[in-house]
Amino acid sequence: MKTDALWLRANVIKTVRDFFWERGFLEVETPLLIPANAPEEHINPIHTLPSWQLQTSPEICMKRLLGNGHRKLFQISHCWRSNERGSRHLSEFTMLEWYRAGSDYRVLMSDCEELLQSVAANCTPDRPRFVHNAATYNPFAPWHRLSVQEAFLRFGNTDVWECLRNGLYEEILTSAIEPAFAAFDAPVILMDYPAELAALARIKPDDQNVAERFELYVGGLELANGFSELTDPNEQRLRFEEANCARSRAGQRVLPLPEPFLRSLSALPPSAGIALGIDRLVMLTAGAAAIDEVVAFTPEEL
Amino acid sequence: MYTVADLKKGLKIILDGDPYLVVAFDFVKPGKGQALYRTKMRNMINGTLLDRTYRSGESFEPASLEERSMEYLYKEGEHYTFMDQQTFEQVVMEEETLGDAKNYLLENLKVEVMLFGEKAIGISLPNFVNLRVTETEQWAKGDTSGNDSKPATVETGYVLRVPPFIEENELIVIDTRTGEYSTRVKG
Repeated sequence: MKTDALWLRANVIKTVRDFFWERGFLEVETPLLIPANAPEEHINPIHTLPSWQLQTSPEICMKRLLGNGHRKLFQISHCWRSNERGSRHLSEFTMLEWYRAGSDYRVLMSDCEELLQSVAANCTPDRPRFVHNAATYNPFAPWHRLSVQEAFLRFGNTDVWECLRNGLYEEILTSAIEPAFAAFDAPVILMDYPAELAALARIKPDDQNVAERFELYVGGLELANGFSELTDPNEQRLRFEEANCARSRAGQRVLPLPEPFLRSLSALPPSAGIALGIDRLVMLTAGAAAIDEVVAFTPEEL
Repeated sequence: MYTVADLKKGLKIILDGDPYLVVAFDFVKPGKGQALYRTKMRNMINGTLLDRTYRSGESFEPASLEERSMEYLYKEGEHYTFMDQQTFEQVVMEEETLGDAKNYLLENLKVEVMLFGEKAIGISLPNFVNLRVTETEQWAKGDTSGNDSKPATVETGYVLRVPPFIEENELIVIDTRTGEYSTRVKG
């Protein structure tokens, strides 16, 4: 029946919505069916009308709204990514994204702390803790912050750039780094990604090798991905084309570029934006082992 | 051919020439990174478990397995011979492959033989088999030692615990799933 999980899910979504309304964010709805997503090497959109796609993220439209002068935006919407299905993945899932003009990724990290504390306090009232794999995580305890390179050296005994060269990045991240995060009692911010792993993020001004990107983990479960936005249209076009070259080499379909977005980038003020998986947030609130437990129906049940 | 996107629990594939059953599967994809497909597979011939991680683009050959009704004929050394009663085709299996199933094999027993190509890789037995006791000690009336079972050997050579009242030459029913005595055959 999933009754409890569905009430919990509704409560999490209401809490998230209240959180951003109270802080003066404008809630927006942008089209789900679009001519082009931001091309990424490892994200495959679902194609619908002859040349249109379901959104893999609302980022393209939300950043255009920032360029139009809006300062604080949020959206809760469905996103689609082809052939992604596992205990933590659904091809169709629910994403929260929020954006701030005039801020960088550090402000988003503070937002994350307050948001997770609010969800834990409102949705698990008798014990403000998240649960994953039977362990509990306290969002009110001091959060841990470490760079990707620090994490690879400390938990993987290896250099992240060497892993990238050898094609071992994903393997080490999922087999050594993420499991190590499960031992922390509070959420973890993994930050400052190698520049090649940040398609739409700004390079850190004082270290050209890394980008101002971070991921939020609770109990080793990846919950959110945020960054300071890249606002240089030429650099952005180059990165999209590089992603398409990599896709082509891997035998993947080359994707059209979102031209109106690229044209709008010159009007984008310094900004920061983040995407957080609502289904996974509900999993942590419910202590669910699989994403299947927190959605009304899985694709297999349809 | 299967691709990694087809992988799921219950799928049977060929790896290094052996048939494997996918017993656990998960899709992992760290933030914007390449997808990994983590699997746990059981070798269908020797039962060993194998952990393997795949990336998109890899492919697998399906393992086609066939179950056929056959009759157990005879044993020669460590080799056990079975025959399909319709086609009179015979297959031979090693004692090691049979495992505990050899304890219940009496001539003309009907079993299901699992075939991987031409090769027999396992059998499924009926849940219950009747076997005659060939050797067991007489139960001494008035025995107060408190033992509620005693060892008995059946016609296949298998030794198990039976209740004290079972005598030599009696036919008993054995549960092949547990290897334990179930009841005696009356009459």
